[in-house]
Amino acid sequence: MAVHNAHPPGFAHQFEDMEQQREAGSLGMWVFLLTELMFFGGLFASYIIYRALYLPSFEIGSHLLEVKFGALNTAVLIGSSLTMALAIRSAQVGRRGAQVGFLITTMILGAAFLFFKFTFEWHHDYLEHLVPGFGFVIRPEWGAAGAHVPMFFCFYFFMTGLHAIHMIIGLGILTVLTIMAHRGRFNPQYYSPLEVSGLYWHFVDIVWIFLFPLLYLIGGRYMGAGH
Amino acid sequence: MSTATLDVHEVPTGSRVNYLNAQYGVKSWLLTTDHKRIALLYLFSITLMFFVGGTFAVLMRLHLIEPQGALVQPETYNKLFTMHGVIMVFFFLVPSIPATLGNFLVPMMIGARDLAFPRLNLLSWYIYIIGAIFTLYAVISGGVDTGWTFYTPYSSSFSHTSVIPTALGVFITGFSSILTGLNFVVTIHKMRAPGLTWFRLPLFIWAIYATSIIFILGTPVIAITLFLLGLERLLHIGIFDPAIGGDPILFQHLFWFYSHPAVYIMILPGMGVMSELITCFSRKRIFGYSFVAFSSLSIAVISFLVWGHHMFVTGQSIYAGLTFSVLSFMVAIPSAVKVFNWTATLYKGSISYDAPMLYALGFIGLFTMGGLTGLFLASLATDVHLNGTYFIVAHFHYIMVGGAVMAYLGGIHFWWPKITGRLYPDGWARFAALVIFVGFNLTFFPQFMLGYLGMPRRYAVYPSEFQVLNVMSSAGASILGIGYLIPLIYLTWSMRYGPAAGPNPWGAKGLEWTTPSPPPTENFEEIPVVTEDAYDYAHSTVTRG
Amino acid sequence: MSEHIVPLKVYIGIFVALLLLTALTTGVAYVDLGAFNTVAALAIAVVKMLLVVLFFMHVKYSSGLTKVFILAGVLFFAILVTLTLADELTRHWSPTPSGWGALLPFFTRFF
Repeated sequence: MAVHNAHPPGFAHQFEDMEQQREAGSLGMWVFLLTELMFFGGLFASYIIYRALYLPSFEIGSHLLEVKFGALNTAVLIGSSLTMALAIRSAQVGRRGAQVGFLITTMILGAAFLFFKFTFEWHHDYLEHLVPGFGFVIRPEWGAAGAHVPMFFCFYFFMTGLHAIHMIIGLGILTVLTIMAHRGRFNPQYYSPLEVSGLYWHFVDIVWIFLFPLLYLIGGRYMGAGH
Repeated sequence: MSTATLDVHEVPTGSRVNYLNAQYGVKSWLLTTDHKRIALLYLFSITLMFFVGGTFAVLMRLHLIEPQGALVQPETYNKLFTMHGVIMVFFFLVPSIPATLGNFLVPMMIGARDLAFPRLNLLSWYIYIIGAIFTLYAVISGGVDTGWTFYTPYSSSFSHTSVIPTALGVFITGFSSILTGLNFVVTIHKMRAPGLTWFRLPLFIWAIYATSIIFILGTPVIAITLFLLGLERLLHIGIFDPAIGGDPILFQHLFWFYSHPAVYIMILPGMGVMSELITCFSRKRIFGYSFVAFSSLSIAVISFLVWGHHMFVTGQSIYAGLTFSVLSFMVAIPSAVKVFNWTATLYKGSISYDAPMLYALGFIGLFTMGGLTGLFLASLATDVHLNGTYFIVAHFHYIMVGGAVMAYLGGIHFWWPKITGRLYPDGWARFAALVIFVGFNLTFFPQFMLGYLGMPRRYAVYPSEFQVLNVMSSAGASILGIGYLIPLIYLTWSMRYGPAAGPNPWGAKGLEWTTPSPPPTENFEEIPVVTEDAYDYAHSTVTRG
Repeated sequence: MSEHIVPLKVYIGIFVALLLLTALTTGVAYVDLGAFNTVAALAIAVVKMLLVVLFFMHVKYSSGLTKVFILAGVLFFAILVTLTLADELTRHWSPTPSGWGALLPFFTRFF
């Protein structure tokens, strides 16, 4: 017979206790991440197929991307994953100021990622006529493989675009979490929203961990293979 | 606390507080987080969509009375079969049992107070409604004519109809399924009552769990596919565009990766209902519980391996065709296991022929016919002849309508007293079940013959020698339509005028039957402790009442 | 999810490892390894993913159920890719009769 003790704030009454609620919340977010895996998975699967069919065109496309921005953005996202993990850890040890600080840092790094991507990469590609559907120009120096270079760029923009949408949603979630953390809602007994949002944020980082080599490093950058 | 003894002397429905009368007013329904109320919101919505989709079917069958078409222009006919398919598949069949019976029963069957995420459950319903609005908008803004399969490049580059609103509607509604599946999986893993081990669960729960696996892993793929289709239509360039090397077959791979498992989303919950009905109305435990439980999981897994059988003649490589053909034969096995086990359960059972059982018995025969004809289609050589004909139409309608819809109606009738606290008129119910059975067979059996004789599907006209069979099919469709209207009328009537139901009118086993009808909002006053296996009818002291 | 509090050192260590692996994958791209370039890039990405999953996402300290779910997801993604590739890559294979199949015209003469 369940005696209704004073449950901590945030307890939801369909559960028997906080432990069950926490486990359910975590499992729920993992299941959601599986759906995200399959959602991106459809795009990645298509990418794998077309890369197998049109490797020379994909190499040409890849060499037109700037490795330095891709690598920089990878480092930025990895940093944001660290700060997110540290924000959760701060809640686990009950340090409210650190929670807020790390959450804000995570947001700044996420916003930096988007800033670099949109201004230095996307905008630049638009000016270079490399955006399919928006004045894409097939350059004669690409030769016979040029006809399929727009396909690479379709994937580049769709995949990084979908990733960016998830980053923006993540920033929204982080904003809400920062406000909640600032109000002292999280403590060592209750920090579930931080934990599950962290899972989401790390997932978005993992997608980028694969996007970087798959988009930027096709065909190698060694001497004689591109710039 | 024993779950076998009941006090059948109940206070009359109207005067006891239950989930229906706990709060009044539109807001209390539209902002509810009670899984039982959400189930009813879904019931109302999908019934509406069923009759919209059904109207398109009626119009199609009226048109096909004449070889040159009796009703509409060919372009309009294309829109009719497309919208019939889109609405019936995505807005009726996929959510039907999971969102109505699943939402209502899952917490009750496992002894929980609600699902793991009640607010997410309400959000699922709102997402469904928004998706439905987009699709209905597409219908009234001129319709869509690509077929429910949206094949490229017609859908991406050439059709002048409302493809994007339709695709958007389906895309949005997909998230409703995903969240429902997520809710069920977490609930079943984490919120079972004490003593309720996996192998004591009702088989309906196993079926819902298997269905949820497909919701979670399959639906996102069609979501991204329709998203890409929409982008291509908007930007006039995309990954399916042949001009830049796109492969239209890739669209089909991505589309069917979800849509084949989707057909198992549509049948698995019905199979779960079947296990509940057959056991109760034979008053016997299920024959081979673990076989039935594992067959649900096997169907869910193998269903993801067979999608290419929809593409045998569209341009797929013969080697892929061989692979998918072999795998498609394998997926039939767990379904057959279930049919054998239900039949063995019936053997030497104490059988009663109430309306739910009539639907269940109909299911066994009709699903078996539908399933066996699937093997003709899984076999490459015969599929070359039968693909694109009415044989396929008959095959999937035998499973979807003869199977899934019959199971749905059987389940609605079985749990109706629990959901509403009212009994429906038994005579009318049995009569309607028979009308539906006759109407269904008259509609779809001639279509097997038409397909075998070569009549193509999705055609607005046909050679005149096919007219007799078409007229038979259309006659059947009108009987079937009337058959569906009858339960709509008496079930609605019973909500107001039906006699009050006790907690367990069927004398069934299961935790949901230990609660009053209708149940209170919190389901159980005390969370039950389970000590017996499922379907323990042999040791039951519960009788019908 | 666990109550386990991961030590600060571990987080920093994983972070540094991830940065080094990023530098590695970038550097390897500038070396000609032929087809192995792709293999190396993917392998490094998988290692990075494992570090994030096991430590940042706490899966190392999580229940078996979580690990099964993750494996299931990866498996079904693999099914999507494999069976689709099975079609796309074999489109232009032409079946030429060999072995017993080459005898077929001999038999069909009698039917």
